[in-house]
Amino acid sequence: MTTLPSTLLLDWKRIFKWGPICAAALLFVSLVGMPIKLDPKSIISPLLSLGYVSLFWLPLIFGYIASSRVVLEGVETSKPGLSDLLTGVLTGAIGGAGLTLLMLGIENFDIRDPLINWSPQLLEVLAFGARDLNSAVWIGIGGALGLVGAALNVIPESLRRVVSYGSFTVLAVAIFEPALDDMSEGFRLEWLIELIFQKRGGLKLWPAIILASLIGLISVISKGKVKKAVAQYREQEGSQKKQTSYVLFGIVAVLGIVLPIFMGTYVNSLLANVGIFLLLALGLNIVVGLAGILDLGYVAFFAVGAYTTAVFTSELSPFFAPGMTWALSLVFVVILAALTGLIIGAPVIRMRGDYLAIVTLGFGEIIRLLFLSDFLKPYFGGAQGILGIPGIDLGFVYISGTDTRGIFYLVLFFCALAVYVSWRLQASRLGRSWMAIREDEQVAEAMGINTVNSKLMAFVVGAVLASFAGAIMAARVGSVFPNSFMILISIVILVVVIVGGMGSIPGVFVGAFVLIGILGGPKQPGLLQEFGSLKLLVYGMLLVYMMLQRPEGLVPSARRTQELHQEEFLQDSWLKGTDAEDEEQPVEGEEAQI
Amino acid sequence: MSHLLEIKDLQVTFGGLDALSGLNFHVDEGEIVSVIGPNGAGKTTFFNTITGLVEPTGGDILFQGDSVLGLEPNEITSLGIARTFQNVRLFPNMTILENVMVAQHCRTSQNVFGALFQTKAFKKEEEEIRQRGEEILSFFGSRLVGYRLDQAAFMLSYANRRRLEIARAMATQPRLMLLDEPVAGMNPSETAELTELIGRLRSEWGFTIVIIEHDMAVVKNVSDRVVVLDHGVPIASGSFEEVSTDPDVIEAYLGRPVESHS
Ligand SMILES: Nc1ncnc2c1ncn2[C@@H]1O[C@H](COP(=O)(O)OP(=O)(O)OP(=O)(O)O)[C@@H](O)[C@H]1O
Ligand SMILES: [Mg+2]
Repeated sequence: MTTLPSTLLLDWKRIFKWGPICAAALLFVSLVGMPIKLDPKSIISPLLSLGYVSLFWLPLIFGYIASSRVVLEGVETSKPGLSDLLTGVLTGAIGGAGLTLLMLGIENFDIRDPLINWSPQLLEVLAFGARDLNSAVWIGIGGALGLVGAALNVIPESLRRVVSYGSFTVLAVAIFEPALDDMSEGFRLEWLIELIFQKRGGLKLWPAIILASLIGLISVISKGKVKKAVAQYREQEGSQKKQTSYVLFGIVAVLGIVLPIFMGTYVNSLLANVGIFLLLALGLNIVVGLAGILDLGYVAFFAVGAYTTAVFTSELSPFFAPGMTWALSLVFVVILAALTGLIIGAPVIRMRGDYLAIVTLGFGEIIRLLFLSDFLKPYFGGAQGILGIPGIDLGFVYISGTDTRGIFYLVLFFCALAVYVSWRLQASRLGRSWMAIREDEQVAEAMGINTVNSKLMAFVVGAVLASFAGAIMAARVGSVFPNSFMILISIVILVVVIVGGMGSIPGVFVGAFVLIGILGGPKQPGLLQEFGSLKLLVYGMLLVYMMLQRPEGLVPSARRTQELHQEEFLQDSWLKGTDAEDEEQPVEGEEAQI
Repeated sequence: MSHLLEIKDLQVTFGGLDALSGLNFHVDEGEIVSVIGPNGAGKTTFFNTITGLVEPTGGDILFQGDSVLGLEPNEITSLGIARTFQNVRLFPNMTILENVMVAQHCRTSQNVFGALFQTKAFKKEEEEIRQRGEEILSFFGSRLVGYRLDQAAFMLSYANRRRLEIARAMATQPRLMLLDEPVAGMNPSETAELTELIGRLRSEWGFTIVIIEHDMAVVKNVSDRVVVLDHGVPIASGSFEEVSTDPDVIEAYLGRPVESHS
């Protein structure tokens, strides 16, 4: 008799847990229409489109999850091997079976009524365009992808790096194709673009493979060096760290100023969009990240900035049209935004937590509805808004709304201003009081901090920064309408701040570039235009994922990491033998008189 | 001469429960007065009322001759009353230095413009805040200074947290300091050390001090006068010797002999 080698004992529980979850995820992705909507975006032409990527990554990830082991320190585990691979295959296959069932279902039933993507179109995509493909093929595909996922657990670390870095690079380059295409002109690199991309879009096969192996190779060679450099930077002391920071800042600044010259309209307009949201996010970061006020109606100040600019600069403003230059109107923008901040803030600021969030949400809508109302129509034009906002005349230069490069520079300037403001305020008496209020409002008050004033100040500073964004936006678009200031904007800005890392300026930058740049803003297309209406779904999923896995954000501020991981910090310092619990030396002499 | 702090017929009720009733109390400049009493006697409530965290239902609180009723807690702090909390309430994620810097808020004035334009006045004030912070921290020997200045407060040991809380109260530059069980949870040697420091708070820094304490050795050592509360009512006051032999006080602490036997 032969017995199965013990390594082939499968963990059925895991398989039957992750397999069905994988199937459910695949069904969900299919039925929200990702494969159909994303199919036009080619990654490697003609082999792979983003639509298929949206399906393929799931069995791969779930195969990886199902076959990865919980490693407890000090506990011997058997070496990863055949049984893990099989676990991956089975998990992926169960997932794929979900799509097989879906195909059969679409062929035989019609429930398009509630599920609009239950369609022949989806069937066609799932059948890879072939007429009568056996739907069981998906079980095989799922199994194969699960195998790849599981293999990632089994292969040595360096190989894993090559594969993951390589594929991520290919994906990233394909996503950035429109931007690269646009930039190539400025750099006279059209030939390179032609070399690696197909005319219809998507990477050519060979360039993709070369690119992936190149990056994979580099990732192995430079292994750990980046991490080390970052750690080194973190550990630098006072003046040295300052110096490095200045150098880094200088590099970023020079890039920000020089690069746009080489970029075309497409990239510049994309960056201008990112910049406007970045400016908003930097402002909200002061309110939420530094002062801890969860303001869900931040769009109100954006609207006030835009409408003030419109009224003061446009000749077509219905009631009062002084026709000032943009620069001059900015004075009024600041004053009115600050006033609005005070007016909204004063009643709201005394509330706490959830109440405050809900009330600010309300105020955000109220401002929009006021601009929309018939009552104020004679002043703000109601739903028709205000048209004819001229370009930006700064005296020494004129930037028209369509001059995307000029707009980008302007946005860049105001973002720099916002960064400066956050940085300086953080290290000031006011910034410290915000920190204290965030930690314990009652104690802060008992320690002599006027919490109402401090918080109101944060509200006003945030309002003014948002109004700058509004002023630029108005001049850029040339018109303002109430419906450009939906609640969705407040939420998207908040998501940018949260995903990037609350209270962290680099985090907010990363958040804005990733979310607005790649996915796009509420109405502004990003690099992945194909996402269209799916954008918000992705936003939501990203937010949930971040909250569960990385609540401190992509690039967290040191302080926030510390807040969320106090226990670990204490443990660390205890392990290092420094002084979380410090030994108290007994006082000279007597053991206290009791 | 009027008292530094004078409390007249103070009444605090929590939904039917009289936490304090008919409390008369005063402290003169330069005194150290202890408030003692069994658990739940209303001692912490007494401090909370003085500092404006709890609103009294009756009576009056005069500080330097003026009523502080109806003032916000931060306004009372700027008048010159500082406190510590029984259940240490630091700003745990702020550094030790930041904890004492932020407490100087009501003694400083620079605002947004100073910070944005980095005015001379702003820089000077920041420097002063930092220096005063370090000076206050060094009052506790080497325990809160050096590399610890930039450590988060939650990293401190329990005894050091209590010390930092006192430092933070000192940083508000008060005239009257209210310490709520400052040695609770400390070991005997730490207690002895802090007892000495409390004496120096008066002699070197000139604070008038009211202290709530269960440790009778500390009470005996530091106080000029002791006030005993029970069920929100003052039942005795005088020197430690007088109070500790008062039959009412013994009864409050030990219970009525007849009751406890039957
Ligand atoms: N915010 C509150 N709401 C309701 N009841 C309260 C509140 N604060 C205190 N009390 C009640 O008032 C009474 C006095 O409480 P207090 O905390 O002042 O006592 P204490 O003398 O400080 O006691 P301990 O020695 O345990 O610190 C207790 O019965 C307590 O339950
Ligand atoms: Mg108490």
